[in-house]
Amino acid sequence: MLRYALLRLLGAIPTLLLVIVLAFLMVHAAPGGPFDDERVLPPETAAALAEAYNLDEPLHRQIFNYLFGLVRGDLGPSYRYRDYTVGELIGNAFPVSLKLGAMAMLLATVIGVAAGSFAALRRNSVLDRIVMTFAMTGISIPVFVVAPVLVLLFAVKLQWLPAGWSANDSVARFMLPVISLALPQIAYIARLMRASMIEVLASDFIRTARAQGLGTSAIVRYHALRPAMLPVLSYMGPAIAAILTGSVVIEEIFGIPGLGQFFVRGALNRDYTLVLGIVIFYAALIVLLNFIVDVFYGVIDPRIRRR
Amino acid sequence: MRVLADILRRIRQSRAAVIYGGILVAVVVVAFIGPLLSPHDYLQTDFDNLLQRPTISGAHFFGTDDLGRDSFVRTMLGVQVTMLVAIVASVVSLLIGVTYGAIAGYVGGRVDAVMMRFVDTLYALPFVFFVILLMVAFERNFFLIFVAIGAINWLDMARIVRGQTLSLREREFVEAARLTGASTARIIFRHIAPNLIGVVIVYVTLTIPQAILVESFLSFLGLGIQEPQTSLGALVDAGVNQMEGASFMLLIPAALLAVILLCFNFLGDAMRDVFDARSVR
Repeated sequence: MLRYALLRLLGAIPTLLLVIVLAFLMVHAAPGGPFDDERVLPPETAAALAEAYNLDEPLHRQIFNYLFGLVRGDLGPSYRYRDYTVGELIGNAFPVSLKLGAMAMLLATVIGVAAGSFAALRRNSVLDRIVMTFAMTGISIPVFVVAPVLVLLFAVKLQWLPAGWSANDSVARFMLPVISLALPQIAYIARLMRASMIEVLASDFIRTARAQGLGTSAIVRYHALRPAMLPVLSYMGPAIAAILTGSVVIEEIFGIPGLGQFFVRGALNRDYTLVLGIVIFYAALIVLLNFIVDVFYGVIDPRIRRR
Repeated sequence: MRVLADILRRIRQSRAAVIYGGILVAVVVVAFIGPLLSPHDYLQTDFDNLLQRPTISGAHFFGTDDLGRDSFVRTMLGVQVTMLVAIVASVVSLLIGVTYGAIAGYVGGRVDAVMMRFVDTLYALPFVFFVILLMVAFERNFFLIFVAIGAINWLDMARIVRGQTLSLREREFVEAARLTGASTARIIFRHIAPNLIGVVIVYVTLTIPQAILVESFLSFLGLGIQEPQTSLGALVDAGVNQMEGASFMLLIPAALLAVILLCFNFLGDAMRDVFDARSVR
C-alpha cells in the first residue's frame, strides 16, 4: 500500500513541473511587459523595475529563480496589488473557496449517490425517468446559468435568501452558491451511480445474496453500494476540477472574496504573477486531490494496488 | 459518398436524433435569417428606449438592452457566434484528436505508450485555467479562442480513436491492404479512418456542447468574445447585471443556451444508440 502511494506521488511530480514550466512560458511569451501602461515610463524607471522583478535575466535563469522560489513557498510579488505577495493573496482568499468547494462536493456526492441508487432500484419507472431527465438537464446547463436564475428566483423575487455575500449571516449566505455549484455534479454523479448500480445489481454475488433471503435494503447497503461507488470515486478527480472551475464563476456572481474572484480580477488586470501563481496553485491542488483519490481508490478496491 | 448516405439513412431512423437535430437546425436557421428581417442592427443604440420589455407586436421583439440596442438581433448574433466558435473549435479538436489517436493506435508499441502517457499527463491539468492564462497573455481574438478551446477537447477524441484503431488494426481487411503494399499513411486514411466515422460522429456531437460551455464560460467572465460583438455567454453576463429591473435580459439568453446545450446532449445520446458505439463508454 505504501509503495503504491509513493509511486503515485512520484508520478505526480512531472505533471506538476510541466504545468509550472508551461504556465511560465505562456506568460513570458506574452507580447508587452507587465508594466506597459498607457503612460510611457522613462527608460531608467523601466530598467529599475525590470531589475527589481528580475525581468532582465535570461529566460532559463528566470524559470529557475521562480522554481526555487516555489520550493520555498514564494510565488513572488503581485504586479497590481503592490503591497502584497502572491502567496499572501492566495493565503487570504483560499479558505473561503475551500469551504465553498468542500460543501458543494459533499452535497453533490451524498445527493448524487442517493438519487442514482434510487433510480437504479426503480429502473424504468416513472420516478426513474423523472430523476434521469433532471440529471440530463443538470449536466447540460452550466453553473453560470443556474446561479443567476436561482438568484433571480430565491433572492430577487421570493426574497428568501441573500443574493450577495452578506457579512454577518453565515448559513444563509452559503446556500445559493453551494447549491448552484453542486447541481451539475449531483446530476453527473446520479447518472454514473445509476449505471453502475444497475450493473452491480445484475451480478452473480447479488443474486446469491438474494437467494439467501436478504432483503433489498440490506443487499444495497452491505453488498452493492461499495462496488457501485467505484466509478463515482474515480469521477472525484474531474469533479474537483469542475467545482474549482465553477467556483470562479460563482464567486464572481455572488461577490465572494475567494480565490476565483482574485483570479478573474487578476486576469482582467493582467496581473501576470498573480494569475500565474493561482494557476500553479490550482494545478497543485488538483494533482494533490487526485493523488488522495487514487490512494483512497486503492484502499477501497484492493485489485488496483496489485497492478 | 456511399458511406455518408448510409450514415444519414441510419440517423434518420432515430426519432430522437431527428427531433433534437431538427430543433438545433431550426434555432440556427432563425439565428441567421432573423436578423436580416429585422429593421435594427446589433450596434444601433436608442437612448429613448432603454431596457424595454419584450413585446410581440412592438418594434423590439425581445426588448432592448441597457444601451437601447435591439435584444432580438443581439441574441441572434450571440447564437451565431456561439455556434460558430463551437463548431470551429470542434473541428480543430477533431483534426488533432483523430490524427493523434489514429497514429498512436496504428503504430502501437512504445510510440503508443509514450503518446498516451502524454495525454494522461495533460488530462490531469486544469485546462480551463490555462485557457484563461492564454487569454491574459495574448490579445483576445476569435482565432485564439478557437485554438484554445479546440486544444482542450482533443484529448477524449484521441483516446477513443486510439482504442478503436487498435482493434481495427488487427482486422483482415487491414492485413490485406498491408499485403498489397499500401503505405502506413494510406492504410490510416483510406482503410482505418472511414471505419472511425461512427465513433467520431457520436463524439463530435458531445464535443460541441463542451466547446459551447467553455466559450460561454470565458465570455461570461469577460475574457472571451468582446463588445460590441457578443455571444450567449456575454449576453448572460449582461443579463446578470440587469437582473433586478429587466429579468428578460437574463432569462432569454439563458434559456436559449440551455436549450441548445440540452439538444446537443440528447442528440449525442441518440447518436450513441444509432451507432451502438459500445466502446465510447
